[in-house]
Amino acid sequence: MGASNYEKFKSDGTLAGNVLEWVDARFPLTANWKAHLSEYYAPKNFNFWYFFGSLALLVLVLQIVTGIFLVMHFKPDASLNSAGVPVAFASVEYIMRDVPWGWLIRYMHSTGASAFFIVVYLHMFRGMLYGSYRKPRELIWIFGVMIYLALMAEAFMGYLLPWGQMSYWGAQVILSLFSAIPLVGNDLATWIRGDYVIGDATLNRMFSFHVIAVPLVLLGLVAAHILALHEVGSNNPDGVEIKKKKDERGIPLDGIPFHPYYTVKDIVGVVVFLMAFSIIVFFMPEFGGYFLEYNNFIPADPLKTPPHIAPVWYFTPFYSILRANTVNFFWIDAKLWGVIFMGLGVMVFFLLPWLDRSPVKSIRYRGPLFKGALVAFVISFFILGYLGILPPTPGRTLVSQICTIIYFAFFLLMPIYTALDKCKPEPERVTQ
Amino acid sequence: MSCDEKVDCGRRRLVVATAAAGGVAGVAVAVPFLASLAPSERAKSAGAPVEVDISKLAPGQMMTVEWRGKPVWIIHRTKEMIDGLRKTDDKVADPKSDRPMQPDYAKNENRSIKPEILVAIGICTHLGCSPTDKFKTGAESGIDAEWTGGFLCPCHGSTFDLAGRVYKSKPAPDNLEVPPHAYLSESRLIIGEDKKGA
Repeated sequence: MGASNYEKFKSDGTLAGNVLEWVDARFPLTANWKAHLSEYYAPKNFNFWYFFGSLALLVLVLQIVTGIFLVMHFKPDASLNSAGVPVAFASVEYIMRDVPWGWLIRYMHSTGASAFFIVVYLHMFRGMLYGSYRKPRELIWIFGVMIYLALMAEAFMGYLLPWGQMSYWGAQVILSLFSAIPLVGNDLATWIRGDYVIGDATLNRMFSFHVIAVPLVLLGLVAAHILALHEVGSNNPDGVEIKKKKDERGIPLDGIPFHPYYTVKDIVGVVVFLMAFSIIVFFMPEFGGYFLEYNNFIPADPLKTPPHIAPVWYFTPFYSILRANTVNFFWIDAKLWGVIFMGLGVMVFFLLPWLDRSPVKSIRYRGPLFKGALVAFVISFFILGYLGILPPTPGRTLVSQICTIIYFAFFLLMPIYTALDKCKPEPERVTQ
Repeated sequence: MSCDEKVDCGRRRLVVATAAAGGVAGVAVAVPFLASLAPSERAKSAGAPVEVDISKLAPGQMMTVEWRGKPVWIIHRTKEMIDGLRKTDDKVADPKSDRPMQPDYAKNENRSIKPEILVAIGICTHLGCSPTDKFKTGAESGIDAEWTGGFLCPCHGSTFDLAGRVYKSKPAPDNLEVPPHAYLSESRLIIGEDKKGA
């Protein structure tokens, strides 16, 4: 962790000083404090967009803490209780009605899931605005996309647990995607479900993954994401490397210590975020059916699909891409194309560092081609997201097909339009 | 692996062999964990056949029973409904049921043993939603003026006719599956089992 570059703490003779010296001789405490906080130099020109990394960390902690308490009352059991309601569904109702403050902890967890995606989408968009994925930060970006993937898995499995109608049929649709794979598909889907249909086996393994496996992976990836960031240093809204201009002590001229400057700044972000978060938790926890879908307040019924099923909002752009594939092509049927394109829609983010050929990183110095492409991408992403909530009609399918093409064109044509773009010269140092 | 004079080649080979043996053991240990995810013996044995009394199923009506956790539809088709199937022959993807989505005794123009009774698994072959019945015909159905009755999947808009045949250019690749079934008597059906050779 670069900790060997720092000197061990020497006590000034006070009790606290003696304790710290004792610890520091046995554990790299001050070294890590300095390397990651008090002597980690971040560019001085961070703006609004730089709140979302620390906020994502905050939501992660919130989800872990609320999750620990929910597990104390939740029962992953699909069998029916004496009232004919699935035990898992009933245990969530029990948390909501009978556990002291259970409703608050559950709504914090469910709102936290959507908040996580809002924060992560804004964090990813920041990376796209300022070219934070570009050399030398490719690995930070790759770890980040892996975090996004793990988060999608975590959210999907968490949504299954209340065992409502949307849990059940959402899982039915998503796990059926695996059956589209030729030859091994059906056996693979059965293996993942642990039964021939979605059932108790599926619920229990999703619980295990949601509570143990994926959170461990997430924590590891977050650590790797931050270690990689602190190795190369943060990008900034100007997209210029602050490490190129250092003072005589080797400190970047445009850098300020993360602590206290950005810890204090991030606290402002935390306060504003928690205000918005609290308003949702206390006054609109279902958020009009977008954070918690109304059909999920009906227990799972394996015999009846709700008249309209849609995933939670954060998956809808990819769900639209899945639905946009209606044509059999070559020897591959439309179903498999849908799965392929949906998968590629997420995976293509991994390639971003190598698709971008622009001489500059930040949107501030990019030309009209990239700006136009980014606007078209964001609009098509929103339209796909909106259409994914609605039931399909021929007209909407056509719009989603057009938006899917724009979505992929943004990535696949990027090597061409970023190379052709007329960029402005980057400044030597960061601007204010 | 390269082997120059600075290393003891015999020892290097032993290191490689030990690492390989360890790797094999690691893979072998993964097998029981991965295999534990497959359906349990209890899940495998839970697929018992279901008996259904269809004497009260009036023409034009449909009932749903559960078999292996899946909805199985039994539809008593009227004469108009059966006639309607001839109109959809050229609109559906697999009109002659050539793909193996049914037992041989249901591989006919109505996909059924008796022309009027259709037995089908009510799970869309696209991604496993259960389609909703749209028995009203024509413009009233809300689908199109040519509609002769059938099913609409709410998830991705696949449509099926009253023989469970999927319409062309829809996300679902196949007709609805017809489960093995047989008549125990005029009005008693068994689902999940067929008389062999029948």
